[in-house]
Amino acid sequence: MSTTHAQIVEGRALADLEAEAIWVMRETAAAFARPVLLYSIGKDSTVLLHLARKAFHPGPIPFPVMHIDTGWKFREMIAFRDATAARLGLDLRIATNQRGRDEGVTPFTHGTQEYTRIMKTVALREGLDAGGFDVAIGGSRRDEEKSRAKERIFSLRESGHRWEPRKQRPEFWHTVNSSLVGGQTMRAFPISNWTELDVWRYVAAEELDVVPLYFSAPRPVVEREGVLVMVDDDRLPLAPGEVPEIREVRFRTLGCYPLTGGVTSPAYTVDELIAELQVNNMSERSGRLIDGEGSGSMERKKVEGYF
Amino acid sequence: MVVTEPDKSLIRVVTCGSVDDGKSTLLGRMLAETDSLPVDIVEAARFTRRTGSAVPVGEIDYSLVTDGLEAERDQGITIDVAYRHLYLPSGRRAVLADAPGHEQYTRNMAVAASTADVAILLADAMRGTRTQTHRHLAVCALMGVRHIVLAVNKMDGVDWDRTIYDTITAEVRESAARHDVHDVISVPVSALTGVNVTSRATEIDWYDGPCMLEALDDLAVTSPVAQPFRMPVQIVLRSADFRGYGGLVAAGTVAVGSKVKVADSAQTAVVTRLLALHGEDSIELDAVPAGMSAAIELDRDLDITRGDLLASADDAPVPADRFSAELVWLGEEPLAHGRSYTLRSGPIDVPATVTAVRHRLDVTSGAELAARTLGMNDVGRVEFATGRAVPLEPYRDCHDTGGFLLCDRVTGDTVAAGLTRFSLRRSANVVQHDFTIDRAARQALNGHDGKVLWFTGLSGSGKSTVANEVARTLHGLGIRSYVLDGDSVRHGLSKDLGFTPEDRAENVRRVAEVARLMLDAGIVVLVSLVSPFRSDRRAARSLFEEDDFVEIFVDTPLEVCIQRDPKGLYAKAADGSLPNMSGVGQDYEPPTHADLVLDGQRSPSENAGDVLTAVGLA
Repeated sequence: MSTTHAQIVEGRALADLEAEAIWVMRETAAAFARPVLLYSIGKDSTVLLHLARKAFHPGPIPFPVMHIDTGWKFREMIAFRDATAARLGLDLRIATNQRGRDEGVTPFTHGTQEYTRIMKTVALREGLDAGGFDVAIGGSRRDEEKSRAKERIFSLRESGHRWEPRKQRPEFWHTVNSSLVGGQTMRAFPISNWTELDVWRYVAAEELDVVPLYFSAPRPVVEREGVLVMVDDDRLPLAPGEVPEIREVRFRTLGCYPLTGGVTSPAYTVDELIAELQVNNMSERSGRLIDGEGSGSMERKKVEGYF
Repeated sequence: MVVTEPDKSLIRVVTCGSVDDGKSTLLGRMLAETDSLPVDIVEAARFTRRTGSAVPVGEIDYSLVTDGLEAERDQGITIDVAYRHLYLPSGRRAVLADAPGHEQYTRNMAVAASTADVAILLADAMRGTRTQTHRHLAVCALMGVRHIVLAVNKMDGVDWDRTIYDTITAEVRESAARHDVHDVISVPVSALTGVNVTSRATEIDWYDGPCMLEALDDLAVTSPVAQPFRMPVQIVLRSADFRGYGGLVAAGTVAVGSKVKVADSAQTAVVTRLLALHGEDSIELDAVPAGMSAAIELDRDLDITRGDLLASADDAPVPADRFSAELVWLGEEPLAHGRSYTLRSGPIDVPATVTAVRHRLDVTSGAELAARTLGMNDVGRVEFATGRAVPLEPYRDCHDTGGFLLCDRVTGDTVAAGLTRFSLRRSANVVQHDFTIDRAARQALNGHDGKVLWFTGLSGSGKSTVANEVARTLHGLGIRSYVLDGDSVRHGLSKDLGFTPEDRAENVRRVAEVARLMLDAGIVVLVSLVSPFRSDRRAARSLFEEDDFVEIFVDTPLEVCIQRDPKGLYAKAADGSLPNMSGVGQDYEPPTHADLVLDGQRSPSENAGDVLTAVGLA
């Protein structure tokens, strides 16, 4: 026997997940002093932002929104971010590790791991410290990666944003231990229990706009070790003889363009995309160059303070 | 999200069993064979191997697909709760909370069970039920899990022997019945070979029940929709033309026109609007059922804030400040009597003190054992008092309004999960009608006793430093205290007094009387006063009961005090401008029968520690 995702109808399940996420949003705003929502522009962040609007409706989102900008995001992402912030009147903060940029840290010069540590993890830590935020809302999901399956909805970070798996607080019912002592901070993950498919079903149900990069379109790419990298601007170093070609590609996750692999796909709409996901059951981050350096690399990044 | 299919709700499952019962393999197989896992993860499990794995390379090692952290893979164990999605044949979705099997992580077991509708309990047919099996069953029952699917695993290892299966099933049923759990479905399986896991076994002639997956899918889980309405208020929502209350409906249904009230208030209000955002549209809902988040507008202002409980007007709980509860102790440090913890239940945040430990539960046998405290992983029955009346309800009626956490005030750690049994008295009525508010009542409200700690010693001996250090620690413990300092008293209450022996006597008398009032208020009073004369101190002591007054002598040699001279008083005494300086122009009479003598040359924190120990507050 085999049940595929395609056969599953679960309106109520999505409503349950939404209710839980709204509960997390409200708890974060009410039980902590200085919350911030980490907005990475992707589909998960889009859903997160929408859930924040719902949680405080008809009032405004009562906390700022922060984007960690490495300087290497797809151009369409930045345009979408700025349009969204303007449309919703967000208090948008942009955090960049300027020192890293000044020192010329790029994905090509420092290797993906070191680049990610400097431009994302360090930038995030500094951005949180600079804002004095005691809780940061993120869009991580438990189905994304093995170490995230063990993540709490409210995840405690020790001083310096360190994640200590063995020191996580037990979570019961709808009761959060919001005590923070000695430099501790909290990360809150409202969509912990959502799957990638839930996110897309929700985007469809609520008719949310997402960055067009999720949908197929003719785009200039080069193929490297089986991964299709988009030539989003002229900063991507091309190997001798490497010529960008136009292919119908879309992106399953969005990050820094040189580190994000596209897939060839005939999905031009949300419905087509959902249909495709139901058939192609590969793990979501398989297109991310960032995680492919040994299983356990996400766990190590989290220990250092990454999301 | 507008709910259209109420029958397809998530089913929350806790999976538990003893180490080596084969749980990872069973879960891995259930997930993989229902397409609940990404194919690349499953493929990786064909070729990755950890030490000791008996599965040939090329076949799927199902135990690998559920392992998460590196630390776990190294040790070949599961150390934390993992959450996974399982797609059932009917289209229903289960969220599996995978709880670790070994004893030191029983707390995670309790976490996973706290939100579960059903438990998958594993037993190893080759070894029979074990202490852990019964322990996990007990924790599941305690946390309110009402359905058990028992997987009798490794049946292939005992040649599908029906007697063994029947024995294990009977043992688990008996154990479950003792905990008032009567829905136990027992399924014989072999996780390793995949028999009876996701499809019915044909090779067992004596069994015609469901396979594991069917057993889960067939469960009818009741929702709390039929109960009276309850919603703990998380947040007050405001906009230009709206003031409402946000929260997750814990029980019942709230509808436009519903009459509601705040649990301890007499005033009722009517629900006028239930707002929601759908897409870009603001919509008004007719009703919001249990499990959904709501934004409720009322027809009048009831002065509602975070932590209040909105309830149906004709069936609201009565708040109380004394409760009986079961505690699952999670902290490394054992439960401390009389210590104040922060109690949290949803948005409720209140100081609480355990006043009595009734017994510890031997979760294996169900026996109630005599106990004075509870240690990590212990389950026991206690009574506790809260700093103000709160509307906690019996846990079995509603998990969200009856479950609570106890948090350490200093470390911030969650030290216990509590399950309210019932309130011991209705505090609101008692306070208002049945007795006058006296010191005992105020102490009960504070959650601790009052006391007077009288620090005497030369100027510069370190009295105030120690007293402030003590006050800081007490504050961290949630104990109300006040430092009554000689210098501040001299600026107000006693500013008409000088330093002659007569004026000093009057000053000591006034301070002692103030301390007596504060003690009556139930506060720990820290008096820091030179009070150089024995007769004055004796007079002060005479105002108090013996147990309430502690005389503490901060013994620092005069030379040291002169050297310290923090206020420059000894310098003034030396040039003659302060003739009545104690120890110089006037005598200081050291106590002969002090309750505690501190060496003023030790560190303030050491001395403060001694004080707290001596008075039984640490």
